[in-house]
Amino acid sequence: MLRSFIAAMCLFCLPAAAAEEQVVLGLSQDRVAITATFDGSEILIFGAIKRETPIPSGPPVEVIVSIAGPSEPVTVRRKERKLGIWVNTDSVLVDLAPSFYAVATSGPFREILSDTEDLRYRVSIERAIRSVGASMHVRGAQDFADAVIRIREAEHLYSIRENTVAVDEQTLFRTSIDMPADLTEGEYSARIFLTRGGEVISSYETIIDVRKVGLERILFNMSRQQPVWYGLMSLVIAISAGWGASTAFRLLREK
Amino acid sequence: MQIYLPIAEVSVNAFLLLGLGGMVGVLSGMFGVGGGFLMTPLLFFIGIPPAVAVATEANQIVASSFSGVLAHFRRKTVDLRMGTVLLIGGLIGAALGVVVFNYLKSLGQVDLLVTLCYVVFLGIIGSLMFIESLRALRKAKKGGAAPAKRRQRGWVHAMPFKMRFRTSGLYISVIPPALVGLCVGVLSAIMGVGGGFIMVPAMIYLLGMPTKVVVGTSLFQIIFVTAFTTMLHATTNYTVDVVLAVLLLVGGVIGAQIGTVIGARMPAEQLRVLLAALVLAVCGKLALDLLLEPAELYSLVSGGGH
Repeated sequence: MLRSFIAAMCLFCLPAAAAEEQVVLGLSQDRVAITATFDGSEILIFGAIKRETPIPSGPPVEVIVSIAGPSEPVTVRRKERKLGIWVNTDSVLVDLAPSFYAVATSGPFREILSDTEDLRYRVSIERAIRSVGASMHVRGAQDFADAVIRIREAEHLYSIRENTVAVDEQTLFRTSIDMPADLTEGEYSARIFLTRGGEVISSYETIIDVRKVGLERILFNMSRQQPVWYGLMSLVIAISAGWGASTAFRLLREK
Repeated sequence: MQIYLPIAEVSVNAFLLLGLGGMVGVLSGMFGVGGGFLMTPLLFFIGIPPAVAVATEANQIVASSFSGVLAHFRRKTVDLRMGTVLLIGGLIGAALGVVVFNYLKSLGQVDLLVTLCYVVFLGIIGSLMFIESLRALRKAKKGGAAPAKRRQRGWVHAMPFKMRFRTSGLYISVIPPALVGLCVGVLSAIMGVGGGFIMVPAMIYLLGMPTKVVVGTSLFQIIFVTAFTTMLHATTNYTVDVVLAVLLLVGGVIGAQIGTVIGARMPAEQLRVLLAALVLAVCGKLALDLLLEPAELYSLVSGGGH
């Protein structure tokens, strides 16, 4: 009985021994509520590196934190001059692009994560966007994928911020990630990678739930599930607001 | 104060929206126009998705025209029969317009369509208004402006299906008013406007309706057509944002009250020149957007909208 228990313990410990260093994570919040007055949110991500053995010698441990919004296909269109005016002509479907993507690192990205590891875990912004099906018939399909990054970076939806994860004593780390006001709903995945010399030695993933709440939730659901009633309600609300306000003004003036 | 719009999914400043509503309200009170043709482009400029701007503006127009039409009913200046004919045309037009709108949206050309419609219509109406009001101003300066001659009764009166419109004192075919209604319906669905700025001149110059019933009758048609457009957009595109509509409306109603007072103190000819200049300015800005090379050649649309 005791022997089998010890054997089980050893088996249990094996994977832990393989990854000598593991992430223990804390989040300031694991859900973001989009209310009527929502104007962005800052998520504090902190944690510790758990180890059973002394700190290994060699290159220091580095930390990369990424938060990705739900991925969806995006149609990218390019304007061209036709008959003197600028119109959309070519379009490319980017198969999957996260609606939000932020990366924070404890050092220069290219130095702390090798290209092969980036390819494997899809950490950098370029790799987080998938455009395998980028049609061959359009010239410069890569320009379209670049455009997604450029436009979303300008809207503060994509960002990479190097040297913003603070690591203390190779054990404690913390960073904060700003989420803008124009967030879409869904499950956002937060990933934490520990690297040494460009190799990922441990990773951890958790979900941050971003949801509309209260009035926002009710209106949004209603507009999708009961569009007829939502339309009628919008009309009634608008008419009574307009009529009420102008009647109030007329009464004021008559006084 | 930032406010998150549930359908547009953008966060905007509530006071900016109230201010925009108020500003357009002042203008609509001054000039007696709906203001949809100004509000919709302004909403594009502040970053509301065009589809949401058009649908929501239709909703707002219903509300802002409602108290106006009540006042006209009290004064008995609504030609219900003419209004109904215009309305039937309008409903068919609006349905056609939404079909075209959704088709072009799937092609990625809806922004182009909306902008082109604005440039063409604002350009035509603005220049006509500008020329005519300048002429009126010059005449007024010379003194003793001759009353404008009634248009010759031509092809409009040669058509079949004649009907008597007692309130307007007309006996004409139903085809021209139905066609006018149809055009306005299409524009209402595509441009997010009431269409008063097209319908009013058409009613006066084309149908020969007396001026005193024109505004009430056009408002009557506009209410039902824009309500129908709102419902179509709400059920096919899910793009009506009621929070946005209410904010614009509150600003608009207050602005309209101020505008009416200002408008009553200014001479009519100068007001018309101002309105014409404003229409041309909006037209010019939109035309420049089409003609100049945009800073960003690419644009994104979520989903596989091929």
